[in-house]
Amino acid sequence: MPADLKTQSDLANVLDEQKQHLAVVLQKAPEDISIFRGEITVRLTCDQLIFALTRLKDSTGGEFTQLSDITAVDYPGRSERFELIYQLLSVKLNQRLRLVVPIAENAVAPSVTGLFTCADWAEREVWDMFGIFFDGHGDLRRLLTDYGFEGHPLRKDFPLTGTVEVRYDDSEQRVVYEPVQLTQEFRDFDFESPWEGIQTSMRQVDASMIDPASLLKGDQND
Amino acid sequence: MTDPTIKPLTMNFGPQHPAAHGVLRLVLEMDGEVIERADPHIGLLHRGTEKLIEHKTYLQALPYFDRLDYVSPMNQEHAFALAIEKMMQIEVPLRGQYIRVLYCEIGRILNHILNLTTFAIDVGAMTPLLWGFEEREHLMEFYERASGARLHAAYFRPGGVHQDIPDGLLEDISAWAKRFPEYIDDLEGLLTENRIFKQRTVDIGVVTLDEALDLGFSGPCIRASGLPWDLRKSQPYDVYDELDFDIPTGKTGDCYARYLVRVEEMRQSLRIIHQCIEKMPSGPVLAEDHKVTPPRRDDMKTSMEALIHHFKLYTEGFHVPAGSTYTAVEAPKGEFGVYLVSDGSNKPYRCKIRAPGFYFMASIDQLSRGHMLADSVAILGSLDVVFGEIDR
Repeated sequence: MPADLKTQSDLANVLDEQKQHLAVVLQKAPEDISIFRGEITVRLTCDQLIFALTRLKDSTGGEFTQLSDITAVDYPGRSERFELIYQLLSVKLNQRLRLVVPIAENAVAPSVTGLFTCADWAEREVWDMFGIFFDGHGDLRRLLTDYGFEGHPLRKDFPLTGTVEVRYDDSEQRVVYEPVQLTQEFRDFDFESPWEGIQTSMRQVDASMIDPASLLKGDQND
Repeated sequence: MTDPTIKPLTMNFGPQHPAAHGVLRLVLEMDGEVIERADPHIGLLHRGTEKLIEHKTYLQALPYFDRLDYVSPMNQEHAFALAIEKMMQIEVPLRGQYIRVLYCEIGRILNHILNLTTFAIDVGAMTPLLWGFEEREHLMEFYERASGARLHAAYFRPGGVHQDIPDGLLEDISAWAKRFPEYIDDLEGLLTENRIFKQRTVDIGVVTLDEALDLGFSGPCIRASGLPWDLRKSQPYDVYDELDFDIPTGKTGDCYARYLVRVEEMRQSLRIIHQCIEKMPSGPVLAEDHKVTPPRRDDMKTSMEALIHHFKLYTEGFHVPAGSTYTAVEAPKGEFGVYLVSDGSNKPYRCKIRAPGFYFMASIDQLSRGHMLADSVAILGSLDVVFGEIDR
């Protein structure tokens, strides 16, 4: 965000203006555009993506000429399991924008390599890590995982310890793959306090219910 | 007549090659000496950092950031700490902010010394490396005196820095910073007008500004293409907006311009270091909100409240309000971003790390096409890649 906007109300006004402007440029309802901590997020469907990115990149007033990153988030409980996240940057307006595209597990996302060259590896990584297929990519190979790797590691149902381990076999004179064997089970500690409530974060509860100063005073008296 | 065309030769470069800057396997299709296509195979250093972070509390996740770009660890901790602070809306005390900026600039010099000198050794100059590593040792000593570790510092925390810097450290940093320009002059004396160095770098790996934007470039690489874009200026964080420094840009976008930009950035970093030392206020270095930051050690010994806070912080950790943020810092290599998704619990739901080097590496094919084999080494060196952050 521009440095000359010091006050919160100035910032809120500017963000609101940008929101209205984006709603017009992208032909979206203002409810689809949200602002959290000064960052603008636009929710789109899969078939609107190419149109939106083209508009944002080329239309005057948009000029989001750099695609900073593409990533995905896995929500196994939802009907549309994944969210694709596109981080855009406008160097001219000094502004960031985030596009969120929900996508089902077996759906195919459109590739944006035609618009941004750097989407090439970003999409390969998303394919590798999440197993989301991109239509029109041309070279959608795995990127970070091993040759012949199976599974998509960043899905929530993929175990943290993985499925195979490697070792050098002296008799065969090569590296062999074996199912992972742990001498100790992976211990996933749950330290979440059962008292603090499930939906609210600890800080929100604290601010409304407990005054830390009074607690401290009582302690010193003891 | 036999067909005079020669079948392209496929060549394997790396993964264990001194000029590969880590573990890169580059599959090159060659037409004689000329590269027709470069296909980098990365991931040999993939440790699943993002997956591991999802299984750790926010505080436990922080040290993973040291292990990404291990040449400038604190700059990356900074991005993660800022992301958490943004989500939780924590105010960092001024002294904490100045210490963070001071150490970020030390990290920048650490990084640029390593990059420039290894770049020089890639194209045939040995001496800068031998001189530069002595200076890096001094800087890592400063890291050690503040945090206790030369490399994996885990020093920046959400809310400030873990502990105050010891007495006398600022004087020593100041003395070093006064001495250091001499080294930069020596380095420039060896390289800047060196005939061999210029032959190897000028007009090699040229990136125009439009290409740079399209390829996702940031940091010194985009500045070498002529765009004065620096997140420290354009989207300032901590106290960067109170400090006076310039953004060097290049004109040609080739390997030589990237070298020149980095050299000048070291000089600008020294200016920032001097200003930080001059302006360093006294006071706390860590936010006082003990739901997020640990209580002081002596409070813990006497106060039950502080003891509970300590225990809760190091077991359960703190909860971050649900939401998401993309927070980026100007790391020495470029825009280092953290996309953090919280579901309101004590562990990140998703933490995507946007490493600048990832996109530099992706551009190798476009940059090295039509160049000679030896030029690919110069291009790789000038892009400043470290595989810790590319493979994550």
